Amino acid sequence: MMEQLPALQVVLPLFSALLCLLIRNKTASRLFAVAVSWGCLAIALILLRTVQETGIISYHFGGWFPPLGIEYRIDLLNAYVLIIVAMISAVVLPFGVGHWGLSIPEGREYLFFCAFLLCISGLLGITITGDAFNVFVFLEITSLSSYALIAMGRNRRALRAAFTYLVMGTVGGTFILIGIGMMYLETGTLNMVDIANRLPLAYGSRTVLVAFAFLTVGVGIKLAVFPLHHWLPNAYSYAPATVSAFLAATATKVSYYVLVRVIFTLFGAAYIFETLRFHVLLIPLSLLAMFIGSTVAIYQTNIKRLLAYSSISQIGYMTLGLSFASINGLTGGLVHLFNHALMKGGLFLVLASVMHSIASNEIDDMRGLGRKMPFTMAAFVLGGLSLIGVPGTVGFISKWYLVVAALEKGWYPIAVLILLSSFLAVIYIWRVVEIFFFREPAAEKSIKEAPLSMLIPTWILIGGTLFFGLQTEWTAGVAGSVANFLLGGLP
Amino acid sequence: MSGSVHPAFVLLLGALFLPVLKGRMRQGLLILLPVLGFLNLLGLEMGTVWHFPFAGYGLEVLRVDKLSLLFGYLFHLAAFLTAIYSLHVKDSIQHLTGLMYAGSAVGAVFAGDLITLFIFWELLALTSVFQIWSRRTARSYGAGLRYLLVHITSGLMLLVGAALHYRESGSLAFDVMTLADTASWLIFLAIGIKCAFPLLHSWLVDGYPEATPTGTVFLASFTTKTAVYALARGFTGTEELIWIGALMTMFPIFYAVIENDLRRVLGYSMINQIGFMVAGIGLGEGMGVNGAVAHAFNDVIFKGLLFMSMGAVLFRTGKINGSDLGGLYKSMPLTTGFCIVGASSISAFPLFSGFVSKSMVMQAAADQGHLVIWLMLLFASAGVFHHAGIKIPFFAFFAHDSGIRCKEAPMNMLVAMGLSASLCVFIGCLPGPLYSLLPYAVDYQPYTSTHVLLQLQLLFFSALAFIFLKLSGIYPPELRSVNLDVDWVYRRMFPATVRTVVRAVKPLKDQLLGGGRMLVTWMISELQRHHNPQGIWGRTWLTGRSVLMAVVVLGAFLLFYYY
Repeated sequence: MMEQLPALQVVLPLFSALLCLLIRNKTASRLFAVAVSWGCLAIALILLRTVQETGIISYHFGGWFPPLGIEYRIDLLNAYVLIIVAMISAVVLPFGVGHWGLSIPEGREYLFFCAFLLCISGLLGITITGDAFNVFVFLEITSLSSYALIAMGRNRRALRAAFTYLVMGTVGGTFILIGIGMMYLETGTLNMVDIANRLPLAYGSRTVLVAFAFLTVGVGIKLAVFPLHHWLPNAYSYAPATVSAFLAATATKVSYYVLVRVIFTLFGAAYIFETLRFHVLLIPLSLLAMFIGSTVAIYQTNIKRLLAYSSISQIGYMTLGLSFASINGLTGGLVHLFNHALMKGGLFLVLASVMHSIASNEIDDMRGLGRKMPFTMAAFVLGGLSLIGVPGTVGFISKWYLVVAALEKGWYPIAVLILLSSFLAVIYIWRVVEIFFFREPAAEKSIKEAPLSMLIPTWILIGGTLFFGLQTEWTAGVAGSVANFLLGGLP
Repeated sequence: MSGSVHPAFVLLLGALFLPVLKGRMRQGLLILLPVLGFLNLLGLEMGTVWHFPFAGYGLEVLRVDKLSLLFGYLFHLAAFLTAIYSLHVKDSIQHLTGLMYAGSAVGAVFAGDLITLFIFWELLALTSVFQIWSRRTARSYGAGLRYLLVHITSGLMLLVGAALHYRESGSLAFDVMTLADTASWLIFLAIGIKCAFPLLHSWLVDGYPEATPTGTVFLASFTTKTAVYALARGFTGTEELIWIGALMTMFPIFYAVIENDLRRVLGYSMINQIGFMVAGIGLGEGMGVNGAVAHAFNDVIFKGLLFMSMGAVLFRTGKINGSDLGGLYKSMPLTTGFCIVGASSISAFPLFSGFVSKSMVMQAAADQGHLVIWLMLLFASAGVFHHAGIKIPFFAFFAHDSGIRCKEAPMNMLVAMGLSASLCVFIGCLPGPLYSLLPYAVDYQPYTSTHVLLQLQLLFFSALAFIFLKLSGIYPPELRSVNLDVDWVYRRMFPATVRTVVRAVKPLKDQLLGGGRMLVTWMISELQRHHNPQGIWGRTWLTGRSVLMAVVVLGAFLLFYYY
C-alpha cells in the first residue's frame, strides 16, 4: 500500500471524479469530494515526509522500467508543490458545506465536483510525474476541467472568459507539446532524468533553442507572465467564487513549478542563465508585471478583478525570484508560491462569503460591510496586509528573501523597486479597506455574518498567513533546501 | 523561574479579548493586563536570551538585560496608568490598539536583533495611529495619515539598514554600532525620525495634539521612548548625539512659548526633554546613559501626567487653546494640583522627579568638559520651566477667568493622575530605587547644596523673567494662530512652490505646450488612461489579440536566444 502512494496521489482523485458522476446526489457528491481531497492531502503529507527521510522516490508505473514506462519521480520540489495543491483543495472544497446557492449552478452540482476533482488530479499529475509527455497529458486534463469550471460562473460573461482561456490555454499547451517534441527529437527520450542527462550533448543545436523558446512561452501563458496574462483577470472574475479561490491558489503555482523544472532540472541553470541569458528577458517582464499589475489593480471597480490583477503582480515577484538564479532568490520565489497560495486563496474565500451575503463583487456595494461582517472582513484586512508584505505576515518573508537576493547581486535599483511596488499594494488594499470600514453602509439590508462553514476555511488560510509569517521553518526552510538542491550545480 | 512567556505577547494577545468583553469585564481586563504583564516580567531572569529560527536566521526575540528590563518595567507602568486614565472610554478600538501599542513597545525593547526590532517598530506605528484616528475628525484623519507615512518610512529605513548591515557584517544582532557606513546611518536616521530629531520632528507636534484626550497620553509614553531605548542600545557615546540633543532642547522652546494649543506646547516640551536624553546618550557610558535612561523613566510619568491633566481639561471643556481657557482652578481643583506637580517635575524642582535625573545629564556634560553643551542645557532647563512649568498651569487654570464652569475630571482620570503625581514626588524624594535599576552603577548624589542652589536660582530667575514679561506686556499673548514649523515645508511650501512654478510657466504654456503641472497631470492621466478598466492594460483583450501577443513574444524570445 505504502509504495503505491505516488500512483494513488493521482489515481484517487481521477477515479473519484468519475464516481462523482455516478453519485449524482448533490450533498453526497460534495461530501465525497471533500473526503477525497482530504485523502489527497494525507497522501501528499506522507510523501513529503518520506522524501525528507529517505530521499527521492521513483515509482514505475505498471512495473515498466523507465525510460520505457512512465516514471513518477518525487523529490523535495514536487513534494512541496503537491502539498500546496492538496492543502488548498482540502480547504476550499469544504467551504460553505450546507449552503448551496450562488457559487454552484443548480442541478449540475455533481458535474461541478466531478470537474473539480479532475482539475485536482490534473494538477497533482503535472507535479508528480517524471515524464515530459505525461506533463502535457495532465496539463490538458487540468485545462479542460478548469474551462468547464470557469464556464459554470453565474455571470454570462463567464462563457466568454472560459472561451478566451480555452484558446489561450490551447495555444500554451500546443507550444509546450512542440517544445517537448523537439526535446524528444534531440534526445530520443521523454523521461525527464534521461533528457536532463542527454541535453548537454545537444547544447549547440538550434533545435534546443527553439524547444526552450516554445516551452517558456507555453508555460508563460499558463503562468500568466506579463504580457501573456490577458486571459487571467476575466477567468478569475467570472468563475464561481470557490473556483477562483482554488485556481488562483494552485493553477499558476503548478505552472511556476513546471517552469522551474524545465529550467533547473531539464536544461540546467548554467545553460539557461549563462548561455541564453534568460534573466535579461525575465527580469524586465517581472518588473513590468509587478508595476502594471498593481497599477491596474488600483483602478478596478470589481474586487475580484482587483485581486486578479494583484495576482499578476505577485507572479512578477515569483518570476523575479527565479531570474536571480541564486539560492536566496529562488527561495524567495518558491516560498512565495506557498505564501501567495495562502493569502490569495484566503482572500478569494472572503469574496466568496461576501458574494454569498450580498450577491455582488462590485467594491461600491461593499460600503460599510466591515460592520455587518466583521470576522469576514477582518480576514480580508489580514490577507491584504500580507499582500503588502507587512512584517509578521507571510508576504514579508517572501519580500525579504527577494530584497536580500537583489542586494547580494548588487542590483540595488531592483531592491528599491521591490519596496516601491509594495506601496502600490498599500494603495489598492487601503482603498478597499477604507470602503469596507469607514464608509456608511449603502442601505439597511439584513446582511449577516457569514456562516461558520465559510468562516472556518477562510480563517484556516488567513491564520496560516500569520502563522507562517512567524514559523518559517516549514516553508522557507523547505523552500531553501529545494533551492539548494536545484542549484547544486551552480557555484 | 522559566514559566514566563514573551513579555510582548501578554499585552498583544491579551488585548485581543478586549473588544469581545463589555462594561465592567472589559475595564477589569484593561487594568489586569499590564499587571499580569508586569508579574510575567518579574519571572524573567537577567541575561535570558530566546532564539527563534526565522527564515534561516537565528533571531533573538528576547534579550533580557538591565537596560531592556528597565524600559520593560516602565512601559508596563505607563500602560497601567494610561489604562486607568482611559477606563471611561467606550470605544473598544482605542483600548484594543492602545494596549497592543504598549505591547509592541515592550516587544521592541526586548528585541535582540534588527529584524525583531523592525517587526515591532512597524507594529508600533500601525497600532498607534488609531489613537489619532479615533478622534474621528477630518483633521485627525489627515494628521494620522501623515503620522503613519512618516513612521512607515522610518520602518523601511530600518529594514533596508538591517539588510545592508547583514550583508556587510553577517550578523543581525542589535548592539552598539558606529556611524561608519550606509547601513548604520540608515538605522540611525530611522531611529532619529521616531526620536524627533530636529527637522525630523514635525510628525510629533503635528500628530499628537490631534489625538483623542486619552490617545495623546498613550502616544506620549511609548513611541519616542522606544526610540530613546534604541539609541541607548545602538549608539551610546556617539559624538553627534550630544549636539543633536542640545539642539533639541533649545529650538522647541521658542515654538512652545508662542504656541496656543496647550497640548502642542507639551509636544514641543516633549522634544525638549528627549533632547536631554539624546544628549545624555551621546555623552556615553556611565553617568550620561544613566541620566538619559532615568530621565526617560521620569519623563514618561510626568509628561504623561501633564498630558493627562490637559486631556482632562479637553474632555470636560472641549477646548484646549490657551486663549479659550483660564480660571479653571475653581472648577477642577484636583486636576490643577496634579498639573502643578507635573509642571514642577518637568521643571526639575528639587524634591520632584525631574530634578534627580536631569541633573545627572548636566553633571555628565560638565564632567566631560563640554562647556557650551552645558550652557545650552542650562538655558533649556530655564526655558522648560518657562513654557511647561509656568505657562501650562497658568493659562489653563489661572490667568483671566474664561467663565467656563465644568465638573471636576472623572474619578478614573483623577486616580491615574493621583498615582502619577505620587510617583513624581516619591522618585524625587527617594531616587534610590530608580537608581538601582539603571544600567550602570550609580555613584551620584543629587541633593548636594550646589545642585539644589543652582537649580533654585535658575528657577527663580526664570520665574522672574516670566512675571516681568507678563507684567510689562511683552510676553507673547495667547493668540489663535498657526505657527510655522518644518512640516510647513511639505504641507504648504511644496504645494505652493509647485503652484508658483506653474503660474510662472503659464505664459509660456502656449509655446512650450506644458510646464511642470501639465506634465504631472499628463502623466497621471496617461497612467489612468492606460491602467483603468478601459485602458490598454486594464481592459479585456480580444482573444485574437492575446494569441497574436503570444506569437510576438515567442518570436522575440527566439530572436533573443538565437543571438
